[in-house]
Amino acid sequence: MKGRDPILQTQVTKAHRKRMLREQAAGWGWLLPSLIGVMVFFILPFCVVIYYSVLDNPIFAHFVGLQNFTALFRNTAFLRAVKNTAIFSVISVPLSVVLSLWMAFALNSKIPGKSWLRSCFLCPLMVPIASVVLVWQVIFHYHGTLNQVTALFGLEPVDWIKSNWSYLVLTVMFLWKTLGYNMILFMSAIAGIPRDIIEVAELEGAGGWYTFLHIKLRYLSPTILFVTILSIISSFKMFREVYLLSGDYPYQSMYLLQHFMNNTFNSLDYQKLSSAAVLLAVFMVILIGILFLIERRFGEDVEE
Amino acid sequence: MKHFLSRRFREGLATTLLFLLALVAAILFIMPTVLTITNSFMTEKEITANYGAMIDNATQDKKTYIAEDLNLKFIPDRVSLQQFATVLFKSPDYLLKFWNSVILVVPITVFQILLAAVTAYGFSRYRGRLREIIFFSYIILMLMPYQVTLVPNYLVSDWLGILGTRWAIVLPGIFSPFSVYLLTKVMRRIPKAYYEAARLDGASELQVFLQICLPLCRSAMLSVGLLVFIDYWNMVEQPLILLGDEDQYPLSVFLSQINTGDVGLAFAVAVVYMIPALLLFLYGEEYLVEGITYSGGVKG
Repeated sequence: MKGRDPILQTQVTKAHRKRMLREQAAGWGWLLPSLIGVMVFFILPFCVVIYYSVLDNPIFAHFVGLQNFTALFRNTAFLRAVKNTAIFSVISVPLSVVLSLWMAFALNSKIPGKSWLRSCFLCPLMVPIASVVLVWQVIFHYHGTLNQVTALFGLEPVDWIKSNWSYLVLTVMFLWKTLGYNMILFMSAIAGIPRDIIEVAELEGAGGWYTFLHIKLRYLSPTILFVTILSIISSFKMFREVYLLSGDYPYQSMYLLQHFMNNTFNSLDYQKLSSAAVLLAVFMVILIGILFLIERRFGEDVEE
Repeated sequence: MKHFLSRRFREGLATTLLFLLALVAAILFIMPTVLTITNSFMTEKEITANYGAMIDNATQDKKTYIAEDLNLKFIPDRVSLQQFATVLFKSPDYLLKFWNSVILVVPITVFQILLAAVTAYGFSRYRGRLREIIFFSYIILMLMPYQVTLVPNYLVSDWLGILGTRWAIVLPGIFSPFSVYLLTKVMRRIPKAYYEAARLDGASELQVFLQICLPLCRSAMLSVGLLVFIDYWNMVEQPLILLGDEDQYPLSVFLSQINTGDVGLAFAVAVVYMIPALLLFLYGEEYLVEGITYSGGVKG
């Protein structure tokens, strides 16, 4: 230990610490406006929503535990909404992932007119659903185009919107809207697959299916996960289409979660609303968590 | 086993089939939009003649359907601007709703992007455990469906006394974490050396942000702005719940009401409503693609 000046030393660290502190504060300064907004508009009210979900009503505020949740599970409208949303998501999300992956590979192959095709696939993304809902109505109406076409094949007319076929109507509208977005995500992921690995595989005699299953899909697995999450979320948003198609009270198989929320909003039943929102939030967090775990398990060996 | 057809021929055949399939798909994709546009050039009379069966019983029971088929037509008998004339000049109601949409969506888009740029700079420039946790909760929040966020939005608007006004939609819209997430991902790719070089030259942190970070992110901000714009231009749920007065409804909600009533005009209104989005698409398709690409992958 040589003779360092202890006073100077403390002064240096003091100044250093001060500067560090100031930089820390400056760093948080950038985040502050957004943090305040998110706190005020999302986090704090959501805490209140959680609080409401365990009370009997906001005025007397008796703690009732999970009673609101069990009541929700006995509510036929809620159960129907959950069931319909689940059925719809189970049908449409896998279809959306598979079809958009196919489209992405198609646009990455050697076909002509790729940029035109891409524009066509992307167009529905931009077009407001309210603008085209008329055309959907004309197509799926009982006296509409689809029934006229199926009649040519001697099939009985079907009331597409007011029967269980409405799942099909929803799926068509959903795919129309979301496939372009997913396709772009897949296209950029496909472009990121290292070419040399595929070339080596081909040199060693691997067939098209083999490289697809064992190399391409493996590299694409994080994107597949992401597209799946996105599609599930957009499948929850399908209320829009249904509302524009058939209003507040559609045929029962089109009664979705958001209808339940909307109609509960009209009666301002805070208990029902908040317990439903909490339940859905918990469900989403679990879902996202599971998908993250899956991604970590399958995608880790290919990530850089 | 040797194939009867040459490899080259088989590949050519596969490509042709793929192309045809893609072509059919592409036509199906633009069909609803094209039909809406072509139908908007029909006279009101022609529309009513073709789709009249839909109006009368939209609210009634199946049994009362008039035994008349809907006639989906591609090309108008006579091209006419009558629908547009009525929409644009004779009934100010539609233009008012259009304006309602504009004054909701434009402030949300502009301020969400500006605020997000500042916030994303904070997330990308300074790292740390707490910040990572906060960033992760932004992602979770971003992924939450409306059904979860609408109830909190409703409560807070009620407390602040802005329920039933446009602010109830605009303010939460501005603070929505979607573009923060995307812009943070973009800014984290900017090499640190750029910033440090500027700091060594004596630039303040604010100057670094304004003169180095923002110019580098210009196209990313446009891309994200485009995505935010179309998302809100399309909105239906929030106005229904958060706006009290039907006079404030944006055109998207209002369209669902004319769809059942004034079918003769609905196509023209629909076209007017999609014009801003279509123009943005024509001029900004590359930005759109870029924006979607940024959104890929949850990890930062």
